[in-house]
Amino acid sequence: MRTNRFVPYLFLLPAVAILALGLLVPLYNAVMLSFYDWSFGQAWSARRFLGFDNFVRLVTDPGVWASVRTTFVFGFWVVTLEMLIGVGLALLLEKAVRGASFIRTVFVMPLMIAPVVVGLIWRYMLDARSGVVNYYLGQIGEAIPWLADPTLAMVSIVVSDVWQWTPFVFMIVLAGLQGLPGDVIEASYIDGANWWRMIWHIKLPMMRNILLIALLMRVIDVFRALEVIFIMTGGGPGRSTRVLSLHLFQTAYTSLDLGYAATIALLLSVILIVFSVVLLVLSNPLKEKADF
Amino acid sequence: MAGTLDHAVHGGHRRRVPWGEISRYAAMIVLALITLAPIFVMFATSLKTPVEIQSRIPRWIFMPTLSNYEAIVTQYRFVPYLISSAVIGLGSTAITLLTAGMAAFALARMRFPGRGLIAHTTLVIRMIPPAVLAVTVIGFWIAWGIGDLVPGWLYTLPQGLGRGKLLDGSQLGLMLFYTALNLPFSIWLLFGFIRQIPVELEEAAIVDGANLLQVLFRVIFPLMGAGFAVSAIFTFRIAWNEFILALMLTNRFTKTLPVFAQEFMRDEGVLWGQLMAVGTLIVIPPMLLTFFAAKQIIQGVSAGAVKG
Repeated sequence: MRTNRFVPYLFLLPAVAILALGLLVPLYNAVMLSFYDWSFGQAWSARRFLGFDNFVRLVTDPGVWASVRTTFVFGFWVVTLEMLIGVGLALLLEKAVRGASFIRTVFVMPLMIAPVVVGLIWRYMLDARSGVVNYYLGQIGEAIPWLADPTLAMVSIVVSDVWQWTPFVFMIVLAGLQGLPGDVIEASYIDGANWWRMIWHIKLPMMRNILLIALLMRVIDVFRALEVIFIMTGGGPGRSTRVLSLHLFQTAYTSLDLGYAATIALLLSVILIVFSVVLLVLSNPLKEKADF
Repeated sequence: MAGTLDHAVHGGHRRRVPWGEISRYAAMIVLALITLAPIFVMFATSLKTPVEIQSRIPRWIFMPTLSNYEAIVTQYRFVPYLISSAVIGLGSTAITLLTAGMAAFALARMRFPGRGLIAHTTLVIRMIPPAVLAVTVIGFWIAWGIGDLVPGWLYTLPQGLGRGKLLDGSQLGLMLFYTALNLPFSIWLLFGFIRQIPVELEEAAIVDGANLLQVLFRVIFPLMGAGFAVSAIFTFRIAWNEFILALMLTNRFTKTLPVFAQEFMRDEGVLWGQLMAVGTLIVIPPMLLTFFAAKQIIQGVSAGAVKG
């Protein structure tokens, strides 16, 4: 379309302005603040220039590395379980689900519920004294302290995440399965491939890209998630469930240490931007549609 | 005729019991129960009295009471916070659709320097989480009084239902951040939809004397219902559900419902009845969306980045 050369920018201006103010300015703030010591509630003039001290502190802070480790433990279990269960269910139920829109509607629900609400539901159900989980496990005499024991608290947040996000993997894999070319599948049936060989040698390899994308998106979400954990355990007991993003939030909200929080925010942003670039290489939404 | 023919062909065989089918459907029912049970527990708890909630034996049959709902409306400020949540949710959605639609139109239909740069920057920063925005903005927000720049309109609800504010700095700020968080996904989703519209329609409109804005609003937007629906659902979902930014930025007149809900978790104990009532009410709009638009949601999920 031939137009005045300023016209495209006018159409882009509102969106670019909002993205700049809403995402780029906070990122710029993170970079700038990371050089200062500045506390919540202080005047801006009360800041103290630190040079690279915040970065040195970040690298040597056992709290940060403990939370990175917690994130990896949480992420490992969550991603492994969700991928195994989600992919398994999609393969088993592929045909049955096709006709049943009811089950798809049900599976969409956990994705739409507010994280705060997911957290409070699970906190209630896992309550040691009056929670339904302990009741049905038959442990009324000796209550299992789900959220008060470090290992069990980790198990609890993993369970709630698996409940909420397995349907996400399920739906992505299902969409992938339905997009497989029917003639290839038919041809291999005619060639006598059995159900297992069909999955292992034909379906899964053809869906390698989709599986990688689902995996990566779950990994990204592990680094972003904190609301459910904040509500369920607040990062405790001790530091046992304090993932990196929760550590970031509490450094600002509880310790009021904004300069150092910005440094952690920068670390988290860099991790997520790297993941985004990898995701972009795997599936560029613009690539197949236009010449970018 | 078809029926008898079918009978003639298959009549000689005895029907096998389709165990595979049966076990698949059984598995689906179990999965549906696992998915729905926690939501049901919340709903049931919201209808119980404190004594029943504290009971060690979960009761499935009980006399439902609306006292928790009554309490949050009359003793707490549920109504103004509901209004605040609705204004922020709907406002963010409207701004996102409009600005993302315009941007997607420019990216899909026009050539200009910087096009690739803008498109790719958008995609690279799309995973920045609300927590990063919250901790890097809140200091300036308070120290520089950014939230107070726009005073908004204070109103008082009748019958002592509380006071709230409309369109003050904190609500506009949240709308800005929620729009920014949703723009990347919305832009490239709508971009895909615009690419599918035949360009001849636009050319015909231009020949008829329409300018580009008219082309966008009269030709393109009316054809984008499906794309707008997906984009609106995901934007509303994040604006309605988000907690961390809302906790940091809102004031006592403009809290959103997730922030309000969390206040029933107190050091001296959790007010489970009221908490579950607020939780149930928070969940209703997304549930309705799920019932009416499950297909669009799945489309959005499988299209890629459903993040926030």
